[in-house]
This record gives sequence, C-alpha cells and structure tokens, in this order.
Amino acid sequence: MFYREAGQFKTSYKADQALMPILQDRVGLLVILAIAFVVIPVFANDFFLTSIMIPFLVFSLAAIGLNVLTGFCGQLSLGTGAFMGVGAYAAYKLTTIFPDANVIVMVLLSGVFSAAIGAIFGLPSLRIKGLYLAVTTLAAQFFLEWCFIRIGWLYNYNASGAIEIPHREAFGLVVSGAEATPIVRYFIVLCITAGIAFLMANVLRGRIGRSWMMIRDMDIAAELMGIRPLQTKLLAFAVSSYICGVAGAMMVFFWLNAAEPSSYSIALSFQILFMVILGGLGSLGGAFMGAAFIWILPVFLKFIPGTIGIDVAAETVEHVTFMIVGALIIFFLIVEPHGFARLWQIAKQKLRVWPFPY
Amino acid sequence: MLYDIFIDPFVQMYDMPDFFLQVLWEGFVAGILYALIALGFVLIFKASGVFNFAQGIMVVFAGLTLVGLNENGVPAYLALALTIGAMGILAYGVERVVMRPLVNQPDIILLMATIGLTYFLIGFGEFVFGGEPKQMITEELGLPTGSTAIEFGDRGLVILQHIDIAAAVIAVLMVAALGIFFNKTRIGRALRAVADDHQAALSVGISLNQIWAIVWFAAGLVALATGIMWGARSDVSFALEIVAFKALPVLILGGFTSIPGAIVGGLIIGFGEKIGELYWGGLVGGGIESWLAYIIALIFLLFRPQGLFGERIIERV
Amino acid sequence: MNAFATEMSAEPASVAEAVPREELLRVDNVSLSFGGVKAITDISFDILKGEIRAIIGPNGAGKTSMLNVINGFYHPQQGTITWQGKERRKMKPYEAASQGIARTFQNVALFKGMTTLDNIMSGRSLKMHRNFFWQLIWRGPAEREEIEHRKKVEEIIDFLEIQAIRKTPVGRLPYGLQKRVELGRALAMEPDLLLLDEPMAGMNLEEKEDMSRFIIDVNQEFGTTIALIEHDMGVVMDLSDRVVVLDYGKKIADGPPEDVQANQNVIDAYLGVSH
Repeated sequence: MFYREAGQFKTSYKADQALMPILQDRVGLLVILAIAFVVIPVFANDFFLTSIMIPFLVFSLAAIGLNVLTGFCGQLSLGTGAFMGVGAYAAYKLTTIFPDANVIVMVLLSGVFSAAIGAIFGLPSLRIKGLYLAVTTLAAQFFLEWCFIRIGWLYNYNASGAIEIPHREAFGLVVSGAEATPIVRYFIVLCITAGIAFLMANVLRGRIGRSWMMIRDMDIAAELMGIRPLQTKLLAFAVSSYICGVAGAMMVFFWLNAAEPSSYSIALSFQILFMVILGGLGSLGGAFMGAAFIWILPVFLKFIPGTIGIDVAAETVEHVTFMIVGALIIFFLIVEPHGFARLWQIAKQKLRVWPFPY
Repeated sequence: MLYDIFIDPFVQMYDMPDFFLQVLWEGFVAGILYALIALGFVLIFKASGVFNFAQGIMVVFAGLTLVGLNENGVPAYLALALTIGAMGILAYGVERVVMRPLVNQPDIILLMATIGLTYFLIGFGEFVFGGEPKQMITEELGLPTGSTAIEFGDRGLVILQHIDIAAAVIAVLMVAALGIFFNKTRIGRALRAVADDHQAALSVGISLNQIWAIVWFAAGLVALATGIMWGARSDVSFALEIVAFKALPVLILGGFTSIPGAIVGGLIIGFGEKIGELYWGGLVGGGIESWLAYIIALIFLLFRPQGLFGERIIERV
Repeated sequence: MNAFATEMSAEPASVAEAVPREELLRVDNVSLSFGGVKAITDISFDILKGEIRAIIGPNGAGKTSMLNVINGFYHPQQGTITWQGKERRKMKPYEAASQGIARTFQNVALFKGMTTLDNIMSGRSLKMHRNFFWQLIWRGPAEREEIEHRKKVEEIIDFLEIQAIRKTPVGRLPYGLQKRVELGRALAMEPDLLLLDEPMAGMNLEEKEDMSRFIIDVNQEFGTTIALIEHDMGVVMDLSDRVVVLDYGKKIADGPPEDVQANQNVIDAYLGVSH
C-alpha cells in the first residue's frame, strides 16, 4: 500500500541498475540523510553526539569494513580490532611526523597502512579456508596487539604506553584533541562514514563486488569462471582493512581522544563481528542497523534500571549486557540468520502488500 | 645479531641443562592443558561438525562454578558433583536451545552461535559468581599441592609441581577413557556414525539429539577437569579467556577431528611457546608467548592445510 | 562438385565427414590418479571445432575427472593437452576460463546468494575491465561498461526464456531452472568450448526436451563447440556428432553414435561383464 513500486517503469538498464530503483527508497534515504545532517546537529546535545552518534557511526564504518570481507567475500575474520588499531596508530604517527598536515587527510591515509597489513595477513587465504582462516586472523590480532604494546616508536615512547591525540586544526576549526567540539567531530565522522558507505555501495554492485560474492558462494565455480582467487581475496582483505583502519583512526581521533593497545583487543573484534552478524551478513544497511543495536543496547540497559528506580551496579549491567547480547545472537541466528537486513526486507514486503496478507 | 638468533640460545641450553629441562617441563604442562581444551573441542567437532568456540569458556565456567559453589558453603565434593550436574544441564540446554534449531545451517552460522554462547556464559558466570578472580580449591578436592626437586648432581635441579604431575596423569587417563568410549561402546559407535553423516545416522535410528547432548556433556566434563587443573596453577577468572584461544592453533596443528592430534598439537604448542619465549623472546622485547602459537600454526598451515593427522582434502566439483 | 553435394545434403553429420574440421582440443595419453586410485588411464581423444562431443560411461568411469582435467582443475600426472593447436602447460582453472573454456556442473554450482541476473552477469567477469577506482565512482566508464554487458546478458536471458526470474535469488528456483541459469552463466562467457556435466540429470522429459533444444541452438546459432556428459542415451545419440566411451578410467570406444551403439565393448560395459 505505502511501499509500492507499481507504475514506476524503468526504461533503461541504467535506471534498472540504480542503487535504489524504487522511489520510496530514495525518499527514505533522503529523509535519513536530512535527519543526520540537519535535525541531529540542531537538536542533539553534546552527550547524545559524543556517547551515541559518534561511536555509532564509527562502529558502523568498521562493520561495513568487516562486512566487505566476511559478508561479501565470505572470509571470516577475527582480527578486525587489530586492523582498526593499525589505522589508529598509523594516523597517530602520521600526524606526529607531519604536524601541519590536515588531520582528516591523515586519517584517510592511515587506512592505506592497515590495508597493506590486512593484505599480508590475507595471503594465507589462498590455501586456507573457512574456520582455519579465522585462526590465522587471530594470529594477526594477537601479533599486532603485541606490536602496539612492545614497539615504543608507535606511541612515541609515552610513559603511559597510550596514544594521546594532539590538538589539530583544519578549515579554521579545532578538529581533534580535547578542545574539539562534539558537533565538529560529528560532522567529520558522518561525512567520512557516509562517503565510504556510498563508494562501497558502488563497488559492491559492480564487477568487483560480484567477484567477491562469487568467491563467497562457490569458490571453485568462481575460479572456473575466470576469477583469480588470490587477487580477489586480497583485494577484499585490503579494502576491508582500509575501511576498518579508517574507522579505528576515527575512533581515537574523533571519539576517545586517547587509546591504549587494549582498546583494540579481540573484544573489539568480536563486537564488530556481532554487529555484522546481527545486522545481516552481506548488507550495507545491515551494518548500520547492527552497529546501532550493539552500541545502543548497553547504553539503554544502563539507563533503564535508573529510570524505574532500581539501583544496579555498573558491573552487573555489564554482565547482563553480555548475557543478553550472547542470547540475542543465538536467537537471531535461529530465527533469522540473515539479520536485521532480512527483517527489514520482510517488513518492506509486508508494507508492499498491506492491507492484504500476500 | 645472527649469533643471538641462531647460536646463543643453544649455547644457553647446553650451559644450563637444568633450566632447559625446567622450561621443557613447563612447556609440557602448558601443552597438556592446551591439549585438554582442544580435546573437548575435538569431541564436539567430531560428533556434530560444530566448531565450538565456547570450549575455552566452558573450562572457565566449570572452574568458576566449582569454586563459586564452594565459596558459598557447599563442601568440596558436593560442589564437584553439583558442577558435574551443571555441566549436564548446560549440555542439555545447548543441545535444546542452540544445536537443535540450528541443525543443517552452514558452519559459519554454527560457529557464530557458539561465539554467542561464549558471551552468554561469560555474562552468566560473572553475573552469578562475580567477576573477580578466585582461588581454586585444590586442597579441598584432595589434589596434591607440594613440589619435588630433582637434582642432577652438581648441574642444578628441576622443580616439579605435584599438581602438574597430577594434571598429566589425569589427562592420560581421560584420553584413554575417551578412546575406550569411542571405540568399544554402543554409544561410541553411534557417535562415530553421526560424525560421518548425520542423515545416514538418523536413518538407522540413532537419535541425533541424544548423541549431541552426550557429547556436549563429555566435553563439559573434560572442561571441568581442565578447569580444575588450570585453576590450580593460577586464578580462576574469565581473564583465562585469552589463554583459552590457544586451543585453536593446537587444533590447526592436530586437525579438527583427531584426538591424538589434539594431544600432539597441544604439546608442540606448549613446548614451542615456552622455549621460544625464554630463549628467543628477549631478542624482540619479550611477551611473544601471546602470539607465537598462532604464528607456528599459521606457518604450519601453509605447508599442511589438513593438520598433522587430518586426511588430505581432494576437492571435487 | 563435392562441396555442392554436401550443401544439398540434409545431414549436418555428413558435413563433418566431407570437410575435415579444425581440431579445437586434443587430449593425448592422459593419466590421472589420486594417491593410489587411478581415475583416468591413458586416454586420448580430440574435439573438433563446432561439433557436439559426448563423453559417456557408467558411474565412476572418470568422465567428470576428464572435464576437470580439460579445464585445469586437476593436473594429470601424464599426457598432454593441446588447445587450439598449442600444447598447453600446467595451468590454473582461471587461465583455462580466460582461454575460452566454460562449463556447467553435475551438481548445480550457482552462486546461491545472488540473483539470476547477477549469476549470468558473473559470466562476464573476464570481459569487464574497469578497475577499482572507476568502480568506486561508478558514474561514467564503470556504469557504461555495466550497461553494455547487461545488454549481452539480456540477450542470453531472452534466448533461455528466463525473463521472469531475472531478479529472483537462484537459491529459490526449482532445479530445472537452476540448470538453465547455469547454462546461461556459461554462455555469458562466450566460450569457444562449452563443457556440460550432465545437463539433464534429474530433469523430467519436458525439461530434457527444452534443454536439448537449447544445446542444439547454442551449437548451431553461436557455433559453440560442446562437450557433454550425459547418462540419457536417447539424448546422447540424438544430439552428439561423436561419442567417446569411458569405463574404469579407460577409453573403450570412440566414434559416431551409431558405431558406438553397436560396439561390443560398450554393450559389455553397460550391461556388465565380469572383468
């Protein structure tokens, strides 16, 4: 009824191949963008921006990164946290070495380093498949984490062993360091995340995206159709790690201000993996939904007991969050292995035929 | 530099054989513990094809339940019995809530479900028993706690903790028991049938659900034994989670379906990382124990993707 | 004189006899074993340009292994393969694909998570060249290229009469249609040699008739050389120009369908004779 494409005829392949061939989808996206770029900056307070929107966007980007590798190319990775860390440390070193350069450019550039490292750890994927590969990405996780701790050069030999983001200005605004205002940070993070998401949507609908999905769905058939497995997988590793690296750099530059090696531990890898699973493997929109869910749920859980007048210790909330997240993952895998993205499609289908059952 | 890498460590080994032996013993014990985690894992993988990520956490969970019950005033042996019961309930619950609805899903989905289970168990364990590290009730369970020093004349001495010896003995007994169980009993045969082909096993009247519950329970018992041994050497807390991941490279070495493989793989990783850490770790600043096992497994994988005892994979179309 | 006579002839088979066709692929003394198991022993045969070549034999005769050797998925321990007049070195499957060898699979090997359209588009992968950065931008070259190949894919969709399922994920299609989509995917590669591994397995009579017609059309309209494995003898005898028969990894007969049908070895292999 409300979501109906009847009467929307496509007269060219170009129109048929558009990202959103249906008018209602385009309108919906415009509304979301309007909310993100206008409504939230106007109405939201600093707390909402810093504690909810910025981390949500950072995690969404990381989830997109992992989704490219796991959801689209079918290579399970448990090293996302470390690849994000590479981005963060690379950006930190870059801005130390080039203090006058635009820090946003440095953040975008830092992804190149994590892409290179990701590609190196992707090399075994030629011979190793599936669960075995997951173990090799664990090797990346622990090895890189060790590097963050042991190689003093990476954190400029700080006594604390942590990286602290210096004060940097760009376009006449303070963009990083403690003085940067939430609204500036929010806009930077929003632009980078939206931009990369858009570019990835392009890649995923074309030849390269298809070659990744071919490898994912049936690697032998893909190879017999002329797909070079190593190059295709390495590209997926590199692109995925680039995006994760940028997300990791944004995480420390525009959100946390400081990071320790433990910020990029395996716990972060799992957190991103859950976002991807719950959001839906192989769906860009799902990455946003998964990130929103996993990030906002604990925030929500922290506030509920307070609002109904029960005082619960912070650890208890954390423990309960663990339980709920774990149970929800199992629940979703059972009910809908394709996550929120599939639920959204089902909802759209229902809207399409409403008020009739089918 | 080359001297430091290729010669000096061996000179040290020769000069201080007692220290070297001590390192070997440490590696052996660590290896036994890794092997035990891997063993529980192999059990489940063999019977259901599920890559049970939660095995390491089950170890901690079992240990924590045991200690937690004891802390709350339950006598040690009763607590042990109750913990065994808890592992049974866990096995039944997992079969009912996780395995049964997810049967026939792709491997990756099942793996992720066990990661979900991992999180649930961490949250649940900490919620019930608290998050702070606990002491294992070694003495109350009647396990030896002393140590023996073996002297080699004037060349030094090696210290063996009794609990480590007990761990090794228990590990051997457990492997033997499992071997008998798998090869000589009716359920063991059914289990191997299920491992080969679920549908074929169903068609000859084997109950998948029953087999899975049994296997998860057996894995839970292995986890409990591991938890006790491990807890006796350090604290019981979910910080062990990181160490529990070490079972994965062990499995890579041994192959996912081989019990001897799990043992040998565990020992290789145990020896490898202790020797690597103590003789070569210093060259790069120490702490390489955290990743050496994975790198060993990774290099190994490049040459033998099917593991030490796994069957060679012939791809078909 | 001779040419005139063949033009008048209604039987295409006699064309093959009159004008020797160019050899597309030749397999010489190929042997393949896995560990101690011999899958293929000393097999030689050739495939001529433009013909339909059937490979038949009882189960386990090594037919699929033979196809796997031809498209580079298995590497034979002995023997040589000559492709378009040149002896082929050891190659990877994707190299065989780029030389113009396409195939379908015994058990449908479609990309389950993708739509029919995307599956057939995936057959164009080798012919699309816009690099990663054009793909990122999409507008311009990448989009034009996509549209150009889409046109070709739509022709194949029309040819196979699967317009209605264009946007359906292939996992939801019935088996017969999946086989058809798989054929479409192989056709999208515009191969010189098309290998069909049991294209009609598990189909009912009507579907078999459809598929047979598609195979003949592909052969005659596009001039594609086809090598096919099939168990349905009626189909094999009607479609193929020449038949090679394998049994226990050995070649036991080779020739036009009617000769093979009369061959005593073949009859023994199918009806069973103690070895």
